[in-house]
This record gives sequence, C-alpha cells and structure tokens, in this order.
Amino acid sequence: MLWNFLVDRWGQIWFASWQHFSLVVQSLALAVLIAMLIAFLVYRVPQLSSIANGVSAVGLTIPSFALIGLLITPLGFGVAPSVFVVTFFAVLPILRNAIVGLGTVDRSVVESARGIGMSRLRVLFTIEFPIAWPIILTGVRISAQMVMGIAAVAAYALGPGLGGFIFSGLSRLGGANSLESVVVGVVGVIVLALILDLLLLGLGRLTISRGIRVSH
Amino acid sequence: MSATNNALAEAPESVTVSTSATSTSILLDEVTKRYPGQAKAAVDGITLEIPAGKIVMLVGPSGCGKTTTLKMINRLIEPTEGRIKLGDEDVTTIDGDELRRRMGYVIQAGGLFPHMTVASNIGLVPKMLGWPKAKIAARVDELLELVSLDPAAYRDRYPRELSGGQQQRVGVARALAADPPVLLMDEPFGAVDPITRQRLQDELLKIQDEVQKTMVIVTHDFDEAVKLGDWIVVFSEGAHIVQYDSPERILAEPANEFVENFIGSGAGLKQLTLNRVKDVALADAIIGHPGEAAVDVLERIVAAGHDHAVILDDRQRPLSWPSRRQLGRLTTISASADPELPVVGQGSTLNDALDTMLVSNAGAALVTGRRDSFAGVITVEVIMDAIATARANARGTAVAPVGTNTDSLQIVTDGAA
Repeated sequence: MLWNFLVDRWGQIWFASWQHFSLVVQSLALAVLIAMLIAFLVYRVPQLSSIANGVSAVGLTIPSFALIGLLITPLGFGVAPSVFVVTFFAVLPILRNAIVGLGTVDRSVVESARGIGMSRLRVLFTIEFPIAWPIILTGVRISAQMVMGIAAVAAYALGPGLGGFIFSGLSRLGGANSLESVVVGVVGVIVLALILDLLLLGLGRLTISRGIRVSH
Repeated sequence: MSATNNALAEAPESVTVSTSATSTSILLDEVTKRYPGQAKAAVDGITLEIPAGKIVMLVGPSGCGKTTTLKMINRLIEPTEGRIKLGDEDVTTIDGDELRRRMGYVIQAGGLFPHMTVASNIGLVPKMLGWPKAKIAARVDELLELVSLDPAAYRDRYPRELSGGQQQRVGVARALAADPPVLLMDEPFGAVDPITRQRLQDELLKIQDEVQKTMVIVTHDFDEAVKLGDWIVVFSEGAHIVQYDSPERILAEPANEFVENFIGSGAGLKQLTLNRVKDVALADAIIGHPGEAAVDVLERIVAAGHDHAVILDDRQRPLSWPSRRQLGRLTTISASADPELPVVGQGSTLNDALDTMLVSNAGAALVTGRRDSFAGVITVEVIMDAIATARANARGTAVAPVGTNTDSLQIVTDGAA
C-alpha cells in the first residue's frame, strides 16, 4: 500500500522533496551570512555577545508553528513566510557558534596579524574566520538538522516542501492513504536531513585547513 | 690592554653582509601614551633614539611600559602625543597597516597562523605587497635556510607540527620576509626552554651578522639583554628611562640602585659573557713534543720560569700539560692524550673559560684555535685584567644614543655620562 502510494505519487514526492531541500539549503545559506554578520558586529564586545547569545537562546524556544502563523498576516502565504521562519531558526545556532568560534581565536595570533600590517577586515577574513570555521560549521550542521523539521511547518502557510504530505495526512487521519502520506513526509524529512548532513561533513573536509583539523 | 675592541674588529670570521640589507634609525620624540580613565601615563614623554643596524634591548620589570613603547613604534598602540620618525620620515600619521608592513614583528611563540602552512605564514607579507608567486616561493626557501630549517622538510608543515623553537624560527623568518629595515620583537624567546632559548639567541646574533637590521627587542631577562644588545634601555615604571647605554657600561656603572638591583648579583661575572677568549692576550707556553727527552723539556721550563709544559701532537693539538714534578718522573715524553685537559676554544666566552680553569688543577686553561690547534694559555690573571679593562673601557666608550623622558630628573642621564 505504501509502495503503491510511492509509485503513484513519485513525481509529486520527488518535487516536494526537492523543494524542501532547496528551501532549507537556501535559507541556511542566508542564515550563515546573517549569523556571521551579527557575530562580526558583536564578538569583540562582551556585553553585545551575551545579548546575542541570550536572544538566540530565547529565540529557540519560540514555537515555529506559532511564528509562521503570525507571519501570514504581514507576509502573506507561500514562500516568503516559509523562508523567513526557516532562516530565523537557522540563524540561532550558527550565531551562537560563530560568537564562540571567533572568541576562541588566540589574541596573540590576531595581534601578530595586525603587527605584520593586515587591516582589520583582512584579519577577520583571512585569519579569524578560517580559524573559527570548524566551530561555525558545527553550528551550521546543528541548524541544518533542526530546520529540516521546522521547514515542514511551512506547509501551514502553503509554502513548499514535504510538510504538505504531513499536514494533508494528519487532517484526514483514518481516510485512504492518510497514514502513507504522513509517513512519506516524515521519512522524507529524515532522509533529506541525513543527506544534507553528509554534504556538510564533506564541505568541512574540503574547507577546514589541515593545520586546525581535530583529527587527520 | 685596549686589545679588547681591536681584536673584535679583526676577528677572523668573515661577516657576510647581504647586499639587500637595509636598516633605518628610529626616533621616538616625546611620545606619550595615556589610557582613558588612568591618572598616570603608561608611557610618559619618552624620547628614544634607536641607531640604524643595531640591536636595542628594552628591559624592565613587568608593567613598566616597555611593551607599550615597542608597540608604539609600529603604532599597534597609537601614541597620545609625540612623533615617531623612521629615518628622516615622519610616520606618526601615515596609514598604520602600511607602516607595519615595513617593519617585521615577532611575538612570543611566533604568533604563527595555525591554519596556514609554514610557507604561507612566511609568504604572507610579500603576498600582501603583491610579489609574484615564484619570487615569494624563492624567498620562503631562502628564509628557511637562514633560520636553519630545511625548506623541503618544513615548507608544507603546519605550525602545530613544529616544536616551540621551530615555531619561533618561522616567526623570525616571517618577520624578515619582505626584508624590512626594522625588526620589532616582544619577548621573542620567552616561551621556549632555556637550552633552546640560548641556541635561538646565538642564531639571532648570527642572522643579525648577515642582515644588519635595526632590531628593538623587549625582554624582562637582563642576561638576554646583555647577550643580544648593542645598547640596553633600562626602564622603570611609566616607561621612565633609567639608563640607556652599552651592556659593558651598564654592568660597569649602573646608573643607580634600581639598575643595580635589576642587574642582580654577579655583575662582574656577567661582564665576562661579553668578552671572548680571542679578545684577550694569552700567555705563552713552553712546548714539547712526544718522543723528546723529558729532561730537555724540563730544562726549558726552568729557564723560562714556567711551571708546566704543553705537549702538542704533530698537528699542534694539545695532548697533555705536565708540571715540573710530572716531567721529573719521566724519561721521554709520551704521546698519550690527557682526557681531563682543560681546553677552551677561542670563541668561548671568558665566563666559560673561567669555569673550565676553576675545575682544572693548573688554575689556567689551554686555548685552541682553528682545527683545535694550540693558541696559548689563559690564566685567572688574564681574566682579572679583562674585567679591569672592560671597566676602564666602559668609561671611555662612545656616547650612548639619546633616551630621556620629558619630566625625568636630569641626574638620571647625568649619572651614566
């Protein structure tokens, strides 16, 4: 029965999976940029860093379902509220790790970089960021796992992704193919999460310098 | 006995001066650093002249402002008042990053970038200056050679794959990469063990022989200052210059009690580390060779009024050092070598020589020169003379560069003059 459901709706499932994945990856990319920008602005000032950490801790407690519901009013239905919610939640763990990561860069390394004539921005991009990158990337992986599930909620605002299968199945539970629909949605999310995690792991292999890799 | 300085100039080792070597003098002109919210200035109106091509050591207790002074030279710390001059150029207001690219900077443990290979670390400044890749690669290898690291083995390593001493060498190589006229070092050898430190110090002096840079080095170790410095600035709190003079003069005539305490005990002995055996006049010796009749050698000793004879092999290397009594018991001189023979090389410091002769029975030591051939005898009297000469010379040596504070009591500098 599940098999029939899969075969019958393969095209639909494939498309929704792709949309789901794409929503998460793009939101994640956006989240990395936003988190780093905020981290760069606050990491040197302890007070601002703790505010940012506090906000990210509180932010994680907001129910995603409620947030997307509230956003329908200002942003309407569809892609916009979905991207907003997924990005919002993705930013939080990355921000936290980015602040920690940039904070762990040895001050003497920064000082010697300044001492040989690197500008502030150059130090940030060629020294601090690459050294903090393993920790930031760990944050990205945590975010990716988390928002893969959160992205399913996007269906509530008629957004893209596998959430549609879950919602439609749940709304007519007991009806024909309702359980299959939910299972496809849930399993699809898990599979996508595993795939993305593997990709991020590979990204780490490619982008983390051998000089600071934990094991080699 | 003014042979000390002349002998130095006539030292047989040829000093290779790299043709690209350039150096510039530095002048801090009434420079002050005040931090907001602090009543006392961290550095108070310091005027400091740093001559081109010399090593100037900034020493003082921790928190005295020596590091702040150093960092104001490359404006990592911006001075509140005053001017900084590099040669004839006023660099007080030029772009700080550009200024720093013209000065090498070395900190404790090298401050290497952990995510870059040794080659990228060293090539960073040339890269920023826009050198072509091939030129950077050649320069990296050249510098690794200079700091005694095999380029093929170390070029592609990461800092964590190096020992502390090796990291420090790479730090020095990186600072020299773009051939800057000035090298600033902040406690460069503070993080390595004493034996490695000594070796790195020796190597730095060797490198300085080659590159002839203007070096300013901060240290809290007075012995290091004496060993490395052409000039030493002794600071007290607030970067007040207590004395700015040559190591010889500071040891011979500390400006006041503060400097005396800072030198610590044994100033006379420290003076001995400044002089090498080759700088002092050695005593003659009566020479004998294996196979000679002992009576003949004894006769010559008695005629010369000596107590010992030095027995040399066919390549003029000392074998033994028998006394009159020992010779009296022999018929012919034997060719056996005495393993306990007190021998020092001409390159040894007088301190080392004194150590050696104190453990020998003769109260003296044999000096060997090239290929271990016998050069003469060094006695305790020679060393006492050397201390006396150093003290006398210290009074007469060239005028020290200028180093004052605006509000300092004039007696501080007068005392040293």
